[in-house]
Amino acid sequence: MAGLTLQFVPFNQVADMGSAMRVKKLIDIVKQNKIVLLEGRLKKEEEKDLIAITMEEISKKFKGIELAVINPESKDAAMLTKLRMGMMNAIWKNRTGLTIIGPASIVKEIKQNPDKIELLTKENKTKRRKKK
Amino acid sequence: MGIVKKFMNKFLRNVFKKKKHVKLGLYGPPNGGKTTLANLICKDWLGEEMGSVSNVAHETREIHIKEQVNIERNGKTLTFNLVDTPGIATKIDYEDFLKKGMKKEEAKKRAKEATKGVIDSIKWLDNMDAVIVVLDSTDDPYSQVNITIIGNLQARDIPVLLVANKIDLKRSNIKKIESAFPQYEIVGISAKYGKNKDDFYDALFKLVK
Repeated sequence: MAGLTLQFVPFNQVADMGSAMRVKKLIDIVKQNKIVLLEGRLKKEEEKDLIAITMEEISKKFKGIELAVINPESKDAAMLTKLRMGMMNAIWKNRTGLTIIGPASIVKEIKQNPDKIELLTKENKTKRRKKK
Repeated sequence: MGIVKKFMNKFLRNVFKKKKHVKLGLYGPPNGGKTTLANLICKDWLGEEMGSVSNVAHETREIHIKEQVNIERNGKTLTFNLVDTPGIATKIDYEDFLKKGMKKEEAKKRAKEATKGVIDSIKWLDNMDAVIVVLDSTDDPYSQVNITIIGNLQARDIPVLLVANKIDLKRSNIKKIESAFPQYEIVGISAKYGKNKDDFYDALFKLVK
C-alpha cells in the first residue's frame, strides 16, 4: 500500500522569510513527494511566483503542483463577520486560512468549493475531504 | 497594497494610456479559448486570424501581439494592442501529450515550450493595462489558477473582464462562474461561433474606456 505524507508547515516557520525563500521552501518539500499543509496563505504575488518557479523546476521527476487555498473569508458572511475577519487579517497578516500544495505526480486534482476541498490522489483515486 | 501605491499605479497607467495604445491581455487556464477569442476579435476587426487553435492543451506557447486593433461601437473607436498569452497551469506532463497521439520527442518539446510559456504569461501580467480572463464555462471555476490570476490583477488595480466561453456547449454553466467571482462582470460567449459577441464588445468598451 502506497503511503501519503502530509507535512504541516506552521506559519511561524515561514513568517520571517522573504518571499523567494518562503516559496522555495514550500516547493522543496513538495519535490520530496509530500503534500504541504501551510497554516495561512501566501501573498497574491507569492502565489504567482510559486507557479512560475514550479514551471522552472519541471523535470522528468517533478511534473508540477496542485494548489488550493481555503480562505475563511466568505462573500455570504454577515458584515460583522467580515469586519472581524478583516481585523484578524490586519493583525495576523496572512495567517488565516490553509494552503494545500501537493506534487502533481501524487495529487491528481484538488476540487475547491467555497466550503470544502476534495483532494483526489492518483494512486488509489480515493477522496479525502476537508471541511472548513 | 497601500492606497497611495494603488493610486500611483492607476495614475501612471492613465498617463501611459495617453501616450500609446492600451495593452489588452487575454489570460486564463489552458484550453479556455483565449486564442479562439483572439481570432474572433481579429477576424471581425482586422480581417485576419491571430493564431492556431487545437483541442490539445498548450497550443499557444508564446506571447502573440496584434498591434492597433480598432473596434467601433456606437460611433466611438477603441484602439488597443491585443496580447494573446499561453495558458497558465501549475503542472505540465509530457505524457499527457503522448495520450493525445504525439510522438515522445514532440511531446517533450511541447511540454518544455509550455513551461516557458507559462513563465512568460506570468511575467507579462504586470504590463497589462486591462485583461480579459477567458474561462471555459463547462469547467469548474474554483481553480487556484483562476483565483491567483484574478487576485494578482485585482491587487494591481488592473481592470478585468471575465468571459465565460463555450456557451454553445450543453455543460456550460455561467452561473457557477458568477457565483465564484461575484464582484466581476461576466459575459457569456461562444468565441468559436461568435454567439453573444455584441455583448462582449459592449463589455470590452466599458472595460477599456
